Amino acid sequence: MYWEKEIETLERDQLVQLQSERLQETMKQAAKTSYYRKIFSHDHIQPEKIKTLEDLRTIPPTTKDDLRSGFPFGFLATSLDEVIRLHSSSGTTGTPTVIYHTAEDVENWANLVARSLYGVGVRKNDIFQNMMSYGLFTGGLGMHYGAEKIGTMVIPIGGGNSKRQIWFLKNFKTTVIHIIPSYSLLLSNLIKSEGLDPKSDLNLKILLIGAEPHSEETRRRVEELYGAKAFNSYGLSEMNGPGVAFECAYQNDLHLWEDAFVLEILNPKTLEPCAPGELGEVVLTTLCRQATPILRYRTKDLAYWINDPCPCGRTHHRISRIQGRTDDMFIFHGVNIFPIQIEKVLMNIPEVGSNYLITLDRKDYRDTMKVEIEIKPELFIGDLPKLERLRDRIQIELRSETLVTPEIILLEPGTLPTSEGKAVRVVDKRQI
Amino acid sequence: MAHQVSVFAENKPGRIEKITRLFHQAEINIRAITISSANGFGVIKVLVNQPQKAYEILRSQGIPSYLQEVIVVVMDDIPGGLHKVAQVLSENNINIEDAYGFVVASGEKAVLIIQVESQPRAHSVLERNNFQLLSDEEIYKY
Repeated sequence: MYWEKEIETLERDQLVQLQSERLQETMKQAAKTSYYRKIFSHDHIQPEKIKTLEDLRTIPPTTKDDLRSGFPFGFLATSLDEVIRLHSSSGTTGTPTVIYHTAEDVENWANLVARSLYGVGVRKNDIFQNMMSYGLFTGGLGMHYGAEKIGTMVIPIGGGNSKRQIWFLKNFKTTVIHIIPSYSLLLSNLIKSEGLDPKSDLNLKILLIGAEPHSEETRRRVEELYGAKAFNSYGLSEMNGPGVAFECAYQNDLHLWEDAFVLEILNPKTLEPCAPGELGEVVLTTLCRQATPILRYRTKDLAYWINDPCPCGRTHHRISRIQGRTDDMFIFHGVNIFPIQIEKVLMNIPEVGSNYLITLDRKDYRDTMKVEIEIKPELFIGDLPKLERLRDRIQIELRSETLVTPEIILLEPGTLPTSEGKAVRVVDKRQI
Repeated sequence: MAHQVSVFAENKPGRIEKITRLFHQAEINIRAITISSANGFGVIKVLVNQPQKAYEILRSQGIPSYLQEVIVVVMDDIPGGLHKVAQVLSENNINIEDAYGFVVASGEKAVLIIQVESQPRAHSVLERNNFQLLSDEEIYKY
């Protein structure tokens, strides 16, 4: 069950020691970048004196805007000759952020992914269909390299084109897929409309779901739809991509690979460390990256950390599934709401199908929230009073979770727009 | 026992058109139709000559639909005809959840379709009181 038993089960004190050694290497690399050189000199930081987590905390966190300000080479610590790969954010919201990798960086990254995949049971004899986009997005290539490292046959099909996905699933008897969770819900409907039962007509045993925060309720639903195990995968392009944290076979939160990253969970307002169980922002420092070292990166992802041991024997601390993002929260009638709270309620109601849309609007100076929900055809039981009760039940459950009462609209399946990529769940039409 | 097909439909133009088009293409004959709606959505109930086939066609199109048993009672098409049925059900404390009807031969026979909580009990109560109950095929013999 272990890919690298020694590292995965290293005693805590030795793990901390290893982190300290690697942190010192990282500081050396950081000192080679123009961005961190400026920070160090401005804040009078001597990089060679940064040896422990306490020392690291004296360095100001790095934000996405900082990465943008460093475009294109501000964070590059090696010569371009040594770089073999570039990944970049989409740049739809401004200057893109770029991350460079040396051959060793790519190798280390693939190893973390292999470790994660092996831990959930992916083996050499599996058939791995990678439904994430290839290209600048790290989800495709990142997983691809890790799966190849295990020796799995990889089908690099990329995202979208559902008919072709289903054709490959069926003809190559795919056993493992890597997929965005919202797309997996949509795809299961499409598989059924091709006359196939995702549970009995396919050979799937493992779904790796990531690239989108999702609730435990969604995972259970995915597992039920496919009759296979679904494991939560966490990563972000600034920290390589997939393979930062991964669930083990116990599906008991995500082990964050601390030999490769320093984990901090900070209060996003005060930047003070959070206690275990306390929700805060995930802040990460690379420990093994030569080309693009990043110190204390503010991920905007909200989670809490867990320090009690996992029955799997791995000693690396765990983080909860991502509970939301510091920037996807919306405020409605003065209440802070994360879309994932709504998802959690909906996915727990069997009659609710796989697609829904939250629309915020303003009418007569008053905010309105509308939740449109496609119902599941097979659970329609024929009469109006039951539908009205269902609608009321959804409303009451959403109210108890979010403290606001949205308007609920029940729709036929296939009414709402679908996406083969990350799903759009919230549309905010309010004008500030 | 007879069957009706219930269909979930959003309250917007073209929903009934879609359903009737599918039935037309499959040569399914509609005997009766009733629509009830709440704000935004509704339920269409149809009595057709091939309920199982109608249901399968709708499901294959991803339209939420449901095949359920209903009681189809033959009444005389005269004043008090419906009252006789209602009286028997009332005396036996059976609550009617939904009902609709149509005339099969003017001045002679009409048909009442009812949905109650306990179908089998209503069935036997009506039979005991000498009402004629129709099956899917029999509806079309009139």
